[in-house]
Amino acid sequence: MGLFVAIAVLRTSGILELITKMLTPIISKFNVPTEIMPLALLRPISGSGSIAIGRDIMNTYGVDSKIGLITSTIMGSTETTIYTIAVYTGAVGIKKTRFVLIAGLIGDLVGIVCSVIIWNLLS
Amino acid sequence: MLNIMWPIFIIVSLLYAIIFGDISSTNNSIFNSLESAIEFSLVLIGTMCFWSGIMKVATKTTLLKKFTKLLNPIVTKIFPETRNNKEIKDYISMNIISNIMGLGNAATPTGIKAMKSMQKENKKKNILTNSMARFIVLNTASIQIIPTTVIAIRSSLRL
Repeated sequence: MGLFVAIAVLRTSGILELITKMLTPIISKFNVPTEIMPLALLRPISGSGSIAIGRDIMNTYGVDSKIGLITSTIMGSTETTIYTIAVYTGAVGIKKTRFVLIAGLIGDLVGIVCSVIIWNLLS
Repeated sequence: MLNIMWPIFIIVSLLYAIIFGDISSTNNSIFNSLESAIEFSLVLIGTMCFWSGIMKVATKTTLLKKFTKLLNPIVTKIFPETRNNKEIKDYISMNIISNIMGLGNAATPTGIKAMKSMQKENKKKNILTNSMARFIVLNTASIQIIPTTVIAIRSSLRL
């Protein structure tokens, strides 16, 4: 329950936009389209939220545009990490999750970075 | 780790909302999220029942046996602690198959079942075993060959 509230509050308070704004100058140096930033940030924490954002991005820039393709690839190769961990550890009532969160987030990062690199190479 | 994270999320977000943002919509979102948390639990009961039933049928046929046999070398390699437990291996194989096919709502129930059967073997009940941790990370890494959700979104936008 706490986690659900936390995710919702995080989304509506506008703090994600702030982080996006702060990271944009750094990200754009690496030839990464900044439009995907909100998706990349939201993807690990909220499934329905990231689906809505992904849909929105593809709607604005076109399904087969470079940004649309990167968005699709990111959504296919990452998972709602925090959510999954909460469901699985909650099911067995374990609170000590060790290094699972970090490992999961690294997995997501790899997915995002690879999507961008691959589509940069292909197009 | 997660236990420290979500209170931080809430506190930081609330502070930010009070100073810069939209406090009323943040407030609304708290109650909406509680609603969706309950909804999620109820939906999960439904899908749990359905896929547990499918599992029961599958164990009576040779279908599951073939799948687990196929995945057995991989599963034993990744989860060496489960070597002697057929039940866990069945659930893990089912979970991996559902993940690969992009059946998200089938992966969660089989995943929970796998976690529960691994918990039975767990000696320290309050901490994850290596296999359990590895299993969760495997699930969060999203091994998908057919990403059904993305396909659905893309085809809906093409029309």
